[in-house]
Amino acid sequence: MTDIRVNIASKFYPAVGRAGQHLAISNLNLTLKVNEFVCLLGPSGCGKTTLLNIIAGLDNDFKGDIFSGQRHSVPKIGYIFQNPRLLPWRTVRENIDLVLGDQHSPAVVDALLEVMQLTQFQHVYPERLSLGMSRRVAIIRAFAVDPDILLMDEPFVSLDAPTARQVRELLLALWSERPHTVLFVTHDLREAIALADRLVFLSAAPMSFISEVKVPIDRTDRHNEGVREEFRRQLLNDYPLIKTLL
Amino acid sequence: MKVSKNTLPALSLLIFLAAWQALAVYFGSNTLPTPVFVAKVFWQSCVAGELPFHLGVTLLRLVVSFSIAMLLGCAIGILLGRNKRLDVFFDNWLVIFLNVPALVTIILCYVWFGLVESAAILAVVINKLPNVIVTIREGARALDQDLLEMAKCYGFSKRKTLVHVIWPQLHPFVMGATRSGLALIWKIILVVELLGRSNGMGYQLHLFFQLFDVASILAYTIAFVAVIQLIELVVLKPLDKRSLQWRR
Repeated sequence: MTDIRVNIASKFYPAVGRAGQHLAISNLNLTLKVNEFVCLLGPSGCGKTTLLNIIAGLDNDFKGDIFSGQRHSVPKIGYIFQNPRLLPWRTVRENIDLVLGDQHSPAVVDALLEVMQLTQFQHVYPERLSLGMSRRVAIIRAFAVDPDILLMDEPFVSLDAPTARQVRELLLALWSERPHTVLFVTHDLREAIALADRLVFLSAAPMSFISEVKVPIDRTDRHNEGVREEFRRQLLNDYPLIKTLL
Repeated sequence: MKVSKNTLPALSLLIFLAAWQALAVYFGSNTLPTPVFVAKVFWQSCVAGELPFHLGVTLLRLVVSFSIAMLLGCAIGILLGRNKRLDVFFDNWLVIFLNVPALVTIILCYVWFGLVESAAILAVVINKLPNVIVTIREGARALDQDLLEMAKCYGFSKRKTLVHVIWPQLHPFVMGATRSGLALIWKIILVVELLGRSNGMGYQLHLFFQLFDVASILAYTIAFVAVIQLIELVVLKPLDKRSLQWRR
């Protein structure tokens, strides 16, 4: 495992129809340490998904490079998209098994299903799942490949608050059991404080780095909402600019 | 009177037969035999082995040409649907082949390659192929980009992507092409047989036409419609059911 370095000089979207060329990202440098949980915060439409797609190798049309050490030429990716993106014609179990090789151990998947409380739903087709359950399947799928980096693109958006909290807690349980480098995109500061080791604030398009803050709250104190709120107030006080971003 | 939904199709069929019988009796003409007489002719040619033989020959041609057209059509359709440049290049070809009358392809195939079996099959395939390509291409163009991205970022191989991501999305288009294809192909095969083969349904129909034997023509028609219905019930419907079980 090595740190992952992201250097993007520029990313343009070509002109289509009446919309002119669009500069989505400009001069963005980011280093993700091993097993670090980083939250990216920025206004909606600032290019966060574009950034994740570039790191995931889905978008190669940019200037810059993604460096992930010598272990693989390309880092192994676990990507939790904004929508769950499960294959509707495969069961929960099949969806997870498919991203793994032919010789994976079923025990790994069993354990993940157990943690995410989906064991009894493993042979169900995704259309019968609630959104919260589908998102949990997507999380399992991403963890199952044992990735070098886990990308999460607002995975809890459009969940109701209690479900979002439940899935968030399950995610944290899973992550503390099997730590991975995580890049988590959100525009919810409370969510970011509950999850991250480090917050990175990004500007509106063209996206660039504004500032970063370490979350000093110990993992054992994260469940304490009072402590989190206190830190949030402090943060907004110290960086009034944040309010305009979110 | 209350009629349950299940008996409705049987009832409508009965009414159709009754109307046919009534009309035939009313006109009393050789050119419109009664359904009872047609049934008798059907039974006689079945026993004589004539009908099963010619029906079998035609079905064999149907299976061969249909399989070739579907396999080729799916492959080319996916290719064109996924590759814009190829699509633009071959679009005109497709329009041309779509609009060449079936009769012209058949005649040309016979003229160029002789009155042989392969020419007959080729003529049918050429007639059907553009339809399959166009249908599958529409499906391949409309593939879910989100799922393809998912497959890419989780490192699915080409084969895995095709089997688990692309093919299930094409399924409705393939079934559409299959159904319209069966109906189209057997009509074309009859013309092919009529023009240049010495067996099969088309050849027989030509013979009956010269003899003004309408009863036999109708008997053969009924046999063929029944076979196509059987294919729908025994092959296509279960296939549909199996591959769509994931739907709510």
